[in-house]
Amino acid sequence: MKPSCELFDTLSRKALEDPHLQEALRGIDKRLRAMRDEAFQELPDAEGLRNQARRIRDHVLDNLDTYLERLEENVTRLGGTVHWAEDAASARKVVEDLAVSRGVNSVVKGKSMVSEEIGLNEGLEALGIDVVETDLGEFIIQLAGETPSHIVGPAIHKTRRQIAELFHRELGAPLMDEPEDMTRFARETLRKRFLGADMGITGANFLVASAGAVVLFENEGNIRLSTTLPPVHVAVTGIEKVVPTWEDLSVLMQLLPRSATGQKLSTYVSLLMGPKRKMEPDGADEFHLVLLDNGRSRILGDGEFRESLRCIRCGACLNTCPVYLKVGGHAYGWVYSGPIGSVLTPQLIQDPHSASALPYATTLCGACAEVCPVKIDIPRILTALRRRYAEDPAWGPASWTERGIFYLAGTILGDRRLYETTGRIARMFRPVLESRLTGSPFPPPAKTPFRHSRAATAQTEKGGESE
Amino acid sequence: MKRSIMRIHLLIPCLVDQFRPRAGLGALNILRSLGMHVDYTPEQVCCGQPFYKSGRMKEARALARKTLFNYLDGRPVVSPSGSCVNMIRRHYEELFLNEPHLLNLSRDLSARTYEFSEFLVRVLGVTDLGASFRGKVTFHDSCQVRRGLGVFNEPRALLARVAGLELREMERPDECCGFGGVFSARYPRIAGAIARDKIERALNTGASTITGCEISCLLHIERQAKRMVSPVRTLHLTEILG
Repeated sequence: MKPSCELFDTLSRKALEDPHLQEALRGIDKRLRAMRDEAFQELPDAEGLRNQARRIRDHVLDNLDTYLERLEENVTRLGGTVHWAEDAASARKVVEDLAVSRGVNSVVKGKSMVSEEIGLNEGLEALGIDVVETDLGEFIIQLAGETPSHIVGPAIHKTRRQIAELFHRELGAPLMDEPEDMTRFARETLRKRFLGADMGITGANFLVASAGAVVLFENEGNIRLSTTLPPVHVAVTGIEKVVPTWEDLSVLMQLLPRSATGQKLSTYVSLLMGPKRKMEPDGADEFHLVLLDNGRSRILGDGEFRESLRCIRCGACLNTCPVYLKVGGHAYGWVYSGPIGSVLTPQLIQDPHSASALPYATTLCGACAEVCPVKIDIPRILTALRRRYAEDPAWGPASWTERGIFYLAGTILGDRRLYETTGRIARMFRPVLESRLTGSPFPPPAKTPFRHSRAATAQTEKGGESE
Repeated sequence: MKRSIMRIHLLIPCLVDQFRPRAGLGALNILRSLGMHVDYTPEQVCCGQPFYKSGRMKEARALARKTLFNYLDGRPVVSPSGSCVNMIRRHYEELFLNEPHLLNLSRDLSARTYEFSEFLVRVLGVTDLGASFRGKVTFHDSCQVRRGLGVFNEPRALLARVAGLELREMERPDECCGFGGVFSARYPRIAGAIARDKIERALNTGASTITGCEISCLLHIERQAKRMVSPVRTLHLTEILG
């Protein structure tokens, strides 16, 4: 997916003016956030569990090489194949080569943000391969020719009415009102595709190193079908998704569905270990695991940013972010949106300078850190990213205007006399400022600042006296 | 508390100084009425927060250093601005990791800097100031105050003792108002949209006065309310209590 992060300002303005989007976004905090909060209240020790999860993720990141090797060993032992992909292009190539060499005409896909990150669909379609998204949300946005606007709910930006019209226009469905009817219609359309598919492509929520297992959470059953019906299953995911053991999975498993959708557990949990074995009636004949780096090892090597890789893509930070809830996911200009998007995008995309708006697209309110199941200190990282953009030439220097403004402000605020003089001048223009400051969060200055008030000056003089 | 007169510093940050001096005066009056000897130094202008949050470490350090040197005498520093207190308490250390002397000074200052309501309730153990106020009030939990400092019961305890005041809690009082410092300068439209939601939730309580412990939020909210031609006004906690 081609990034357009430099357009945050424009895209967010458009978003604010889109009544359908605003309607769709209004539901998120009422539904997803409230459900998440409720699900966490049920846990006897949510805080303890989050700390445990954080420790597991940190331990993995500190020993990533070891666990990845163990994972590869076990996947291979089970008859699967592991492919290492350094960047988006090489990951695409792995999958394309597999598809071409197996004569694949038709692919069914489970929801995968990594596949969006590498632009997998476009690559396969260019080879004349038919790719169909089978997650209902993904199915909708594929029909609409759009990209996901949320890590967990890709079509969350669409209203029910818009989806009904889309099905009507693109698939010749009757205009439906009930979500159940639309779901049934999509399911019937998709069922035929599952049966005829030559390859199933999914992401992975977790990879269990000790077992060589791919773990997938879902509610629709489409992933179960994508991984078991077609003869070839390819799972594409980031190298950071690995966890050491089943025991570690059992901790994260309690947190992911709760954080994402407020469910204790998703309807389906698939634990896939290699291709179908001799005695097994179901499953793919071939299993391939594509492990993508694409900037992740660079993040791993940066002490200040490493914890960004703890993320398990639950989307809870999006559902509680005041900015996301106003502008939606598309404003962020790339695959990952919301607070975690503003953390990951500048670190993952080719040209970090183009994403310099993102760390500023936040009020640093801290709501995200409060809900993060693995306790990523998102506000801290966002502040650190702002620092990189301001100070580190490798990240692209800030504009001269910006530097000038900060220099000037720093000089004025750093010198009492200058500050007081500036205040005096500003007060002279009070009437003008009143009418001109319409976009400012602040009113014109008060007639008499605190420092010149009688009480304050008397206090200062008294402060000099002995007690 | 010792019986002898307590001598403290009142830190009035630039926003209170310039835009809502009454909040500073309220704090000053209350602290004096409690028998404190209050020192105010006009040398103190800005704690450096906007620069720190914008990644401008050079300017942030210079301003933080000035602040450290303005309050060297070991006395408590009290401020009616939660975000400045949060800056000093949680971020000053980070600015001086490589300068041992300043690091020590910042640790020392962090440990004796208090947000106004926190100082009254937690340090002095005072909740009843004998204040009165007529009408319904709703409280906005500023992010830097609630999430940053963990202060949210204290202002409510103080408000509960104000004669004639009825506190009406809004839905999600802890949700950001959209100000976010440089955020509202860069993205005023988004900041405004977030504030308007807040104002709507506040009005739903039947109260038309929003109070809080952080002036930047309150100024931003009031600005947006004016634009909405809404009857909402904002008062800093110290303006109600003082």
